[in-house]
Amino acid sequence: MGQTITEKILANHAGIDKATPGENIWVDVDVLMTHDVCGPGTIGIFEREFGKDAKVFDNEKIVLVPDHYIFTKDELCHRNIDTLRAFAKKQNIKYFYEPGTDTYTGVCHVTLAQEGHNRPGEVLLGTDSHTCTSGAFGEFSSGIGNTDAGFVMGTGKALLKVPPTMRFVIDGEIGEGVMAKDVILRIIGEIGFDGATYRAMEFVGSGIDALSMEERMTICNMAIEAGGKNGIMNVDEKTREYVRARTDKPFQEFQSDADAEYYSELVIKGSDIVPCVAKPHSPGNYAPAADCSDVKLDRAYIGSCTGGKITDFIAGAKVLENNKVSIDTFIVPATVEVEQQLVTEKINGKSLRQIFEDAGCQPIAPPSCAACLGGPIDTFGRTHGEEVVVSTTNRNFVGRMGSKDSQVYLASPYTTAASAITGVITDPRKYV
Amino acid sequence: MSIIKGKVYVLKDDIDTDQIIPANFLNLVPTIPEEYDELGSHALAGLPDSYQPFMKPGENKAEYAILIAGRNFGCGSSREHAPVALGAAGVDAVIAESFARIFFRNCVATGEVYPLEVRDRLCDVFSTGDEAEINIEENTVVNKTTNKTYKTLPLGAAKDVVDAGGIFEYARRAGLCS
Ligand code: SF4
Repeated sequence: MGQTITEKILANHAGIDKATPGENIWVDVDVLMTHDVCGPGTIGIFEREFGKDAKVFDNEKIVLVPDHYIFTKDELCHRNIDTLRAFAKKQNIKYFYEPGTDTYTGVCHVTLAQEGHNRPGEVLLGTDSHTCTSGAFGEFSSGIGNTDAGFVMGTGKALLKVPPTMRFVIDGEIGEGVMAKDVILRIIGEIGFDGATYRAMEFVGSGIDALSMEERMTICNMAIEAGGKNGIMNVDEKTREYVRARTDKPFQEFQSDADAEYYSELVIKGSDIVPCVAKPHSPGNYAPAADCSDVKLDRAYIGSCTGGKITDFIAGAKVLENNKVSIDTFIVPATVEVEQQLVTEKINGKSLRQIFEDAGCQPIAPPSCAACLGGPIDTFGRTHGEEVVVSTTNRNFVGRMGSKDSQVYLASPYTTAASAITGVITDPRKYV
Repeated sequence: MSIIKGKVYVLKDDIDTDQIIPANFLNLVPTIPEEYDELGSHALAGLPDSYQPFMKPGENKAEYAILIAGRNFGCGSSREHAPVALGAAGVDAVIAESFARIFFRNCVATGEVYPLEVRDRLCDVFSTGDEAEINIEENTVVNKTTNKTYKTLPLGAAKDVVDAGGIFEYARRAGLCS
């Protein structure tokens, strides 16, 4: 019996031939990522357990990416960034993307990809549930808590339970006006908000192969929204090209065997996937966008690790070109690189930035997580009342964007932009 | 701790970590003692108003030692602030039909609360304010108010880590760190 890509990577990092689902194994960690929300607590655990003078297991394998609460007046948030700064200095951490300097990048998961920290075949853990995003690069990646992260920080090892794998086949390319976000919302809608709890989600098929790396990241990003432990995809020429352009580090490719054992398999025809939303208050609350034209909106939001990459803004701009928004529309690039690309990327000679301005969007915010997770009271785009929001983010829990009384509809950048024009949830296909 | 007893607070399905501890409190660092206590005072502050308040205003300990919930408890973010807020508020155990993976793991790793699974839909047969008693060794929970006993599921492989007193002690015993 063969093995899945997830089992092979875990076995390789545990120094064993075969990893069996359900088994607990100690694996070597290649990258540990933490940010300003969980970093200080992780450091607290590390110093409590290993001592104030202890050294981290490897100062080149820890990546610190403050991104959640950067542009706020909140004192404690600043204190937390100071904690990371002092720790980075003391431990001589090589990769610290420091706010207020030109090393600052923005949202951690997009930073990991763009700065060359995502490499096939590796094990990457992070103190953030959307760490599963990195699986788009053919590696094992998963979110952990501070205590586990503090342990990894000191030892470079983690105790992981090998997950059984659910296989998702997207058979054939998705249609015009449909995006990766629609693929993953459809999958979560089918299996349910907890449909992949404790399991790996492997995405394959010609529909996946046809997607860009950024689009693949969107799908793996939301594996956690079905409870998945990790999302993962095969490595192909697109992956290699993306990774080699960003790092010289050698990497090893793994691939599922043809006779690997799967927990389940779900095949969806690419042509059957339509623009859709997840209605409040669960990412599993699937509905085709076309069925929601009675939902009146107050606000549109394009941003986050899920929907704030350059490809997301290109999609948004395609729809908004030569149109006007009728509701408050927020544009939040995930990283500084994306922010710069808003100027250099053009559609019909016009920069994306110009297109958003001409369409009447709010002034573009500096890159960070911003209102994706509510946060301090002065956070850009945070809801404070009964706003109804269409958003390219990944969670629509009660209060997720700030106010408990607001309602969030999750959608692709196409759908979000089309809905910003009309003021109601809108199938974007007539705009692209 | 093999016996846990106290009042229960009942929740339904899909209680996510934003409801357990909303994002505006994530600037608090769980390893700083005063901030640990403050996290407790905000436990379950994100619940919709249809639930009765979990905490009395101005207090940082809840009157409930046990939470009883439906499916997928603790879904969402990896924030360890969530089990910490519950533990700091005085919750000793959460009994649910199922848990989200990271939350369960964080409970075990921190030792803040016991995450116990049940097959029965206890959130429909317990009411907030009932008195209950959990016996960890015997895998049972008794509703003292109705005098009915239910089975909890054994902790499985996680029990070794819990019994060792968390991931650090467990690893030390295995000789993996000093
Ligand atoms: S953008 Fe949103 S989901 Fe992504 S890391 Fe930031 S807060 Fe989390």
